[in-house]
Amino acid sequence: MKLRLRIWRQSDAESKGKMVSYVIDGVSEDASFLEMLDVLNEELIADGEDPVAFDHDCREGICGACSLVIDGQPHGPQAATTTCQLHMRQYSDGDTIDIEPWRAGAFPVVKDLVVDRSAFDRIIQAGGYISAPTGTAPDAHAVPVPKADADAAFSAAACIGCGACVAACPNGSGMLFMAAKVAHLGLMPQGQPERHTRVLGMVAAHDEAGFGGCTNTGECSAACPKEIGLDVIGRLNKDFRKAAARAA
Amino acid sequence: MAVSGVLMVLFIIAHMAGNLHIFEGREEMNDYAHGLRTFGEPILPHESLLWVLRLGLIASIGAHLWSGIVLSRRAHLARPVKYAHRHKARGESRGAYGVMRWGGITIAAFVVWHLLDLTFRTVNPVKDVPDAYGAVVATFAPERWPVTVFYLLALVALGFHLRHGIWSAVQTIAGPGPVWRRRWQAVALTVAAVVVAGFAIVPLAVSFGLVS
Ligand code: HEM
Ligand code: FES
Repeated sequence: MKLRLRIWRQSDAESKGKMVSYVIDGVSEDASFLEMLDVLNEELIADGEDPVAFDHDCREGICGACSLVIDGQPHGPQAATTTCQLHMRQYSDGDTIDIEPWRAGAFPVVKDLVVDRSAFDRIIQAGGYISAPTGTAPDAHAVPVPKADADAAFSAAACIGCGACVAACPNGSGMLFMAAKVAHLGLMPQGQPERHTRVLGMVAAHDEAGFGGCTNTGECSAACPKEIGLDVIGRLNKDFRKAAARAA
Repeated sequence: MAVSGVLMVLFIIAHMAGNLHIFEGREEMNDYAHGLRTFGEPILPHESLLWVLRLGLIASIGAHLWSGIVLSRRAHLARPVKYAHRHKARGESRGAYGVMRWGGITIAAFVVWHLLDLTFRTVNPVKDVPDAYGAVVATFAPERWPVTVFYLLALVALGFHLRHGIWSAVQTIAGPGPVWRRRWQAVALTVAAVVVAGFAIVPLAVSFGLVS
């Protein structure tokens, strides 16, 4: 199929970018979205032009490296699917596709479609961990966890930290990412010692990074390739109130 | 946002229900208005209930407006470069959040007009304060149809505001699980529809001459 792509091109963090149009022909409907971009880049290189920079790693939907806001939707039109798992059969001949980077002040553009997501690392450093003695792995049933808690923690732990929630949020908030970590660790016995300092630290680091405030629009959860639900946000709010009351 | 919003929602429901006294007739409506002023007398001073409500509302509006400005400012700073391709709403708020800010400002403008009209009577033909019934009938008289249209537009804004606001407040305060969140979304939609219908029926009834 033949497609018109309008892609955000920006040579580095300092320069001003703009949308640039490209026409690509002979795209196979079996190609993944990223393979389609690989083909475009080969053509650009053959023509002596600068290839389009974009993030990717596993290409199997588990690492969280790929991004791209495709026609206004983070990770494109297909629900519960990362860009690397999106396939060109979603499109038809003659379509125009707009491709932009995650847009957030806290995620500055590095080049073209690549943004710097280290603000998420700073949020994790501020509390998204547990302290446990190292050594050989303990037996899986050494610490009993109620099944319902284990399931809820597992769903939250499915977060791959891609940042689609921020890209989708009209407020540019990182609430869903942060809340997924707070819920995941806060539901497990191993996460209890730091439960209060975790939520206070992570929220402070989130606000410090310049993310917006959550107003429960639900766009994050709709865009999440791992379908993390809004209930983790309610959990974070409750944990935050308890921790703040205790700290006061 | 959530606590002040909930207080205003409670006020709005009571206000809407109180307005329906108009269908009982002039005397009953004016008795109700009078009752609001003399509630608790002679043990409590004149208009004490009314002033408690007014102070609560002023505090709520102030807190709500302030939090709204802070959130809007943060949202603005959090996305310095906008998307070229507009994001289509797919989230659970079904796009209602998109009109929260402008809708809130519309509601605020409406409240100012509303106070000048039916509380202070500055822009109302009926200056006699005890005659609440007369003031309502005069303001929504058929020939003053632009007033009615403005009221109805503000109510549409209020409807969307409540549809998102009510479940959003519950989400913020109580953090329900997935099942109860869906239920609260249904409650928010129902309350929004009932409030809009309950308020709208009064100006419509006057405009179409059913109450005069
Ligand atoms: C003074 C006029 C008003 C303004 C400027 C205003 C503005 C706002 C804004 C900006 C928000 C946050 C929107 C968002 O989620 O992005 C909001 C939420 C809300 N508003 Fe208002 N509003 C006003 C009046 C009202 C009234 C009259 C009510 C009650 C009937 C109300 C009830 C709510 C509720 C319950 C929320 C949700 C709270 C939450 O999300 O936790 N608002 N308002
Ligand atoms: S490249 Fe790893 S999730 Fe898409």
